[in-house]
Amino acid sequence: MPDLDPILARRLTHLRQLEAESIHIIREAAAEFDHPVMLYSIGKDSSVMLRLARKAFAPGPMPFPLLHINTTWQFREMIEFRDRIAKELGFELLEWINPDGIKAKINPFDHGSDEFMRAMKTEALKQSLTHHGFDCAFGGARRDEEKSRAKERIYSFRDRFHQWDPKNQRPELWNLYNARIRKGESVRVFPISNWTELDVWLYVLVEDIPVVPLYFAKERPVVNRDGTWIMVDDERMRLEKGEEPEMRSVRFRTLGSYPLTGGHESEADTVEKIIQEMLLTKFSERQGRLIDFDQEGSMELKKREGYF
Amino acid sequence: MGAESDTDLLRSDISAYLKKYQAKDLLRFVAVGSVDDGKSTLIGRLLHDTGMVYEDQLEAVKRASNIEGEEIDFSLFTDGLRAEREQGITIDVAYRYFTTEQRKFIIADTPGHIQYTRNMVTGASTANVALILIDARLGVLQQSRRHGFIASLLGIRHLAVCVNKMDLVGYDRQVFERIRAEFTEFAKDLGFKDVTFFPISALKGDNVVGASAKTGWYDGPSVLEYLETVPISEDRDLEHFRLPVQYVVRPNLDYRGFAGQLVGGTLKKGDEVMVLPSGKSSKVRSIDTFDGPLDEAFAPQSVCVRLEDEIDCSRGDMLVHPDDLPTVGRTFDAHVVWMNETPLDPAKTYILKHTTQSVRVQVDGVQWRKDMDTLEEEDAARLELNDIGLLKLSCHRALFYDPYQQNRSTGAFILIDSLTNDTVAAGMVAGGESLTKGASVEDALKEARAGSGLTPKTQVSPNERRERMGQRGAVLWLVGLPGSGRWSLAYALERRLFDQGRTATVVDPTGEDLRSMISAAKACADAGLVCICAFPSYGIEDRAKLRERIGNDRLFEVYVNTDPALCRERRPDVEVELEPPRHPDLTVALDSVHVEDAVDLIIAELEKRHQFRDHD
Repeated sequence: MPDLDPILARRLTHLRQLEAESIHIIREAAAEFDHPVMLYSIGKDSSVMLRLARKAFAPGPMPFPLLHINTTWQFREMIEFRDRIAKELGFELLEWINPDGIKAKINPFDHGSDEFMRAMKTEALKQSLTHHGFDCAFGGARRDEEKSRAKERIYSFRDRFHQWDPKNQRPELWNLYNARIRKGESVRVFPISNWTELDVWLYVLVEDIPVVPLYFAKERPVVNRDGTWIMVDDERMRLEKGEEPEMRSVRFRTLGSYPLTGGHESEADTVEKIIQEMLLTKFSERQGRLIDFDQEGSMELKKREGYF
Repeated sequence: MGAESDTDLLRSDISAYLKKYQAKDLLRFVAVGSVDDGKSTLIGRLLHDTGMVYEDQLEAVKRASNIEGEEIDFSLFTDGLRAEREQGITIDVAYRYFTTEQRKFIIADTPGHIQYTRNMVTGASTANVALILIDARLGVLQQSRRHGFIASLLGIRHLAVCVNKMDLVGYDRQVFERIRAEFTEFAKDLGFKDVTFFPISALKGDNVVGASAKTGWYDGPSVLEYLETVPISEDRDLEHFRLPVQYVVRPNLDYRGFAGQLVGGTLKKGDEVMVLPSGKSSKVRSIDTFDGPLDEAFAPQSVCVRLEDEIDCSRGDMLVHPDDLPTVGRTFDAHVVWMNETPLDPAKTYILKHTTQSVRVQVDGVQWRKDMDTLEEEDAARLELNDIGLLKLSCHRALFYDPYQQNRSTGAFILIDSLTNDTVAAGMVAGGESLTKGASVEDALKEARAGSGLTPKTQVSPNERRERMGQRGAVLWLVGLPGSGRWSLAYALERRLFDQGRTATVVDPTGEDLRSMISAAKACADAGLVCICAFPSYGIEDRAKLRERIGNDRLFEVYVNTDPALCRERRPDVEVELEPPRHPDLTVALDSVHVEDAVDLIIAELEKRHQFRDHD
């Protein structure tokens, strides 16, 4: 680099800065907590977080296991992907299914999304954290996901009932994180808080990170509900009167339990095309500048908030 | 510039477009101001005009903006705050994101009122640029100066001053120039690399994203153009290599790597490095990353460093170049921003977290506190929520630090209350005494490793004891003749206080002298106990000594004024002269009052003095 200004030559792109910061966060938490775990939801954000965690401890292994909360209704391709990645990378994978939910046969159709999500995701997560005694759980949430997350800390403090008290969060300055807790309390650590959806996809592209094929457009059996496409992923899907599955080229922007996850029609079958789709959707309408946001957010979320 | 051709490229050749797009960098700015300044409107405008707003959101906002039909209330894009305020949720820093083809931006959006110093400090701690708003109609207010001061204190190098609501002063150049001159004069000693002024109307969009036709006299950039181009890569310290060790990577016996993020300087393979505090040196064998080894690493990269020699190094240590050490020391002055409802208690120790180590710290003094209205320094005994002061601090172990204005990582720390685990303060090292001053590095590091060079003293403050025990430490001193019933009263008191959940004890060091007795009583009171003592002290001089050592506010003197004839009858063996107390806190005569009733009287009097917490 003889011709370059020594300062400019040592410039990190925004992705590499985000990467370096996330690695710092993951190392801090791994060093300061006794019993950390990484929540693994199988989605793109988890995939990016997993790559960052591997980078943080390379050439050593990750010093904590991954934990998947299985709602038993996630897309089949997600579970296949999970098992394949776990095998290829050789990390320790824990799974938790809420046994009470199974006993009560909780499902998204009879119990509605709110109750289903509460039992099979929120409750299940609390059960597993208590069961294993984890004092730190890494999560792949981002601050740009929704307005209410804009003030979330990177270290989000939870009391011994795993409750989040917005009034009881600690100030967070520089990159100095306060990991002191009492027995039974825990902290959710969000290493990719400052990443946006666009950053995540750019990183997937640059790093060539494998993601679940459901993100890419493909002909899939779907039915249209409330203006969004729901995939008929297995025989448990309950069709309403007059509903007939049809083949459409769709893709999913977020992944979760298939009856609660809406897709949209798309031809984007590569990461580059996904980014192109994201950028162009609004690019023509607003002059000059780009979107850097979850456009729709997950349908699960919107359902919980009463959007649909 | 080129927006259209970029759009074409995005459509026609996504790979080429992304190659360019990925190369952008990252700028963080803190936006400060109250709703009245138009800060929310400015941020809403930036988000909207850069395509950050959902369509459904836009529709909702249009519906909600019932102001004269056409104009959009841009503040509604970000004002979750207003609703939260009504619900009483803590007003806090909100992080928002937008991107252009030049840069990704992280906005720390902080409320600007005086009581929110804590929030601005939080948002400013990671910011490259501070963006502050001045209402063109009101001119430079005290609040504007305060924001400028905090930005400078937090080491921000670039200040963007948006003179807003220019539309309401008819885009008058004179108004803008007057504000610029006044604020420039104020900011000249604050250490900014540049202070840039923008005549804007956030509401109308003038000079926010593009140039405005209304301000023909202004030929500078718009706010967004400035944010896209202000040079920040020079702000990093690439000269002084600092690597705080976060984690030791040890997958097998043959590999030992020290993982951390460079917070200053550059590191090359083959460089000689020193480990602090051991002072041992070695050469860099490799700089490893997941993506392969690097020949050189620079701040702020996260890497894993292997050394040629097997030397001790663990989390909390720091790798540096041996000819370029940071200050190694325990005692320093620091600007501290108090962030907790519970004020600073200078008598107790806190946990100080600095880079990757945590140490006990004690406060040796509050040098001054900033009056946030006048920005004058004033004397103060402590700091309260949102106060900024200069403290003298002593750590129980040496830190490796640089002055904050030189390095925002090695000069920064937080204070944690070890009882509540709250982060109670943010600190920035102003300067301090180096152990290496006047000593060889080896001697200094030996000293640094030696644990504590401080005079050992209690790390628990009287306030903390009071909190924990629900009572103040005190000495109940019973004065009376032999045979007056002092000791019976003492033990009755102890029993009653114990039954009431208090921590009280009778101290009776038989055979000791008065001096030892007073020392024992003082130790008990210092420990937060209620010490009850009936030790003989017949002379006024004796009790003056007692009062002097225990302190007026902790001594409760009871004169047990039992009839002397009765006393002599009970204890004919002793003959003493008693000088009665001149101003006892209470007098009881045990020939006319039953012991239990005397106990009642004493406890009632103690409660009146707020001796116990829950009897206030």
